[in-house]
Amino acid sequence: MPNTILKYKTIIENVKTNSIYKFFKVFFTEVTLITKFTVNFFKTLFIPPYEFNELIKQCYIVGCKSLPLVGITGFIMGLVLTIQSRPTLAQFGAESWLPAMVGVSIVREIGPVITAIICAGKIGSSIGAELASMKVTEQIDAMEVSGINPFKYIVVTRILATTLMIPLLVIFSDAIALFGSFLAVNIKGDVSFILYFAKVFEKLNFIDLMPSLIKTIFFGFAIGLIGCYKGYNSDKGTQGVGASANSAVVMGSLLVFIIDMIAVQLTSLFTP
Amino acid sequence: MENVIEIEHLKKSFGNNQVLKDISLNLAKGENLVILGKSGTGKSVLIKCIVGLIKPDEGKLTALQKNILELNTKELNALRKKIGFLFQSAALYDSMSVKENLEFPLRDLKELKQDEINIKVIEALQNVGLEKAINKMPSELSGGMRKRIGLARTLILNPEIMLYDEPTTGLDPITSKEISSLILEMQKKFNTASIIITHDIECARITANRVIVLNDGTCYAEGTFKELEQSNDEKIKGFFI
Ligand SMILES: Nc1ncnc2c1ncn2[C@@H]1O[C@H](COP(=O)(O)OP(=O)(O)O)[C@@H](O)[C@H]1O
Ligand SMILES: [Mg+2]
Repeated sequence: MPNTILKYKTIIENVKTNSIYKFFKVFFTEVTLITKFTVNFFKTLFIPPYEFNELIKQCYIVGCKSLPLVGITGFIMGLVLTIQSRPTLAQFGAESWLPAMVGVSIVREIGPVITAIICAGKIGSSIGAELASMKVTEQIDAMEVSGINPFKYIVVTRILATTLMIPLLVIFSDAIALFGSFLAVNIKGDVSFILYFAKVFEKLNFIDLMPSLIKTIFFGFAIGLIGCYKGYNSDKGTQGVGASANSAVVMGSLLVFIIDMIAVQLTSLFTP
Repeated sequence: MENVIEIEHLKKSFGNNQVLKDISLNLAKGENLVILGKSGTGKSVLIKCIVGLIKPDEGKLTALQKNILELNTKELNALRKKIGFLFQSAALYDSMSVKENLEFPLRDLKELKQDEINIKVIEALQNVGLEKAINKMPSELSGGMRKRIGLARTLILNPEIMLYDEPTTGLDPITSKEISSLILEMQKKFNTASIIITHDIECARITANRVIVLNDGTCYAEGTFKELEQSNDEKIKGFFI
């Protein structure tokens, strides 16, 4: 029946103009391009001369300038988490477990993820916007025509900087969060500093620390990579700058959660 | 006369937008060639092809006896050091001071010591008359100063060819004139060959040895400034009002 054939044809046509079809098309091109960008990063990484000065400068920008923000959020996180958990634990008469429970949740999950999300917002967006405006004002082209590889000078240093610094920021944030938690425990009931941390580390061991540290390295890499990718490939024009910063944050945060999910699955596979 | 740039039948499209249809031109040693053309005729695209920022679809492109389209990355970078490019926006590196901007193109030349670099930087700034701006950041400079610093940054490598993309656009008439005289001065001092893209007729009058009018992706007319000034063609006359 030609009528049904026509009907299927229109359905196929509809699918092609469908937003879901378009979404997947955009999605897979994006994945391909990011993969190429990553391959390019590893290819360029080992070619001398190495840009040490620029790397140090970027580490300073990424690391030191984020310390206050990461510190404050870490402190509040530890404080609030402790205050919120106390009533529940008290119902079971397990208040003495409070330090251990809060310690494990901060070090394993909350510290790394919250810090990474904040860094995706602060660092990812600033890298995205900076590179995009360099692109718009032809600074990247200018580097290229003066015979210097802009990918190596701009992109490689920034990705390395986030990969190195975000784990350190997470450790810093964890420490401050535990301190906040100690203060919160001390609001009700008196626990000495030493006793509190003895209780925390009683339940925290190598298996908690290592995987969560390793995953933060990947968080850092992802945040730097996405920020650079979005900025380096931004559209010309000033709205391109805003769009790059915005999508760097969105995609960076999303990637942090995805990496976290994979990391949790892997650690639970390999640990008893 | 020896040619430093030879372009034959160059073509370039972006999607359906055919920007360069058929461009052939030569640049002789020590010559100032002015290219006139309306906005959007592909003047920037043309000179970006010369330094390999944009890959043309078809045609032959020779600069300093090297075929640009067949060079590998290393050879291309070596050639780029001999070609100076002044961007329309000057393209100063925002995050660096004027001094660091000028040092940047020299970073690959390891045989240079720091005090030699300092001397070169000061010389380059003297050439454009801006020694006092050495420690400023680009955001503190006016449009004309940015163009001059951009010029100093390209001249620091003593290029054999200079490409100027609209050097006077967006500047007041007096500053424009200063920049134009500066271009002429640099030609005399270093005997560089230059392509100057512009639609500023004063700039063309001051700097041009030869003028090419670009229209609709082709070389529409060619001649000295005087010859084209007297032309009766509507499309050419438009520039000379
Ligand atoms: N990278 C690019 N991608 C797509 N189109 C471009 C690109 N660069 C330039 N174009 C197009 O080429 C045409 C000529 O641009 P351009 O050379 O900048 O003009 P102008 O002569 O004013 O310098 C414009 O229509 C522009 O949209
Ligand atoms: Mg242009």
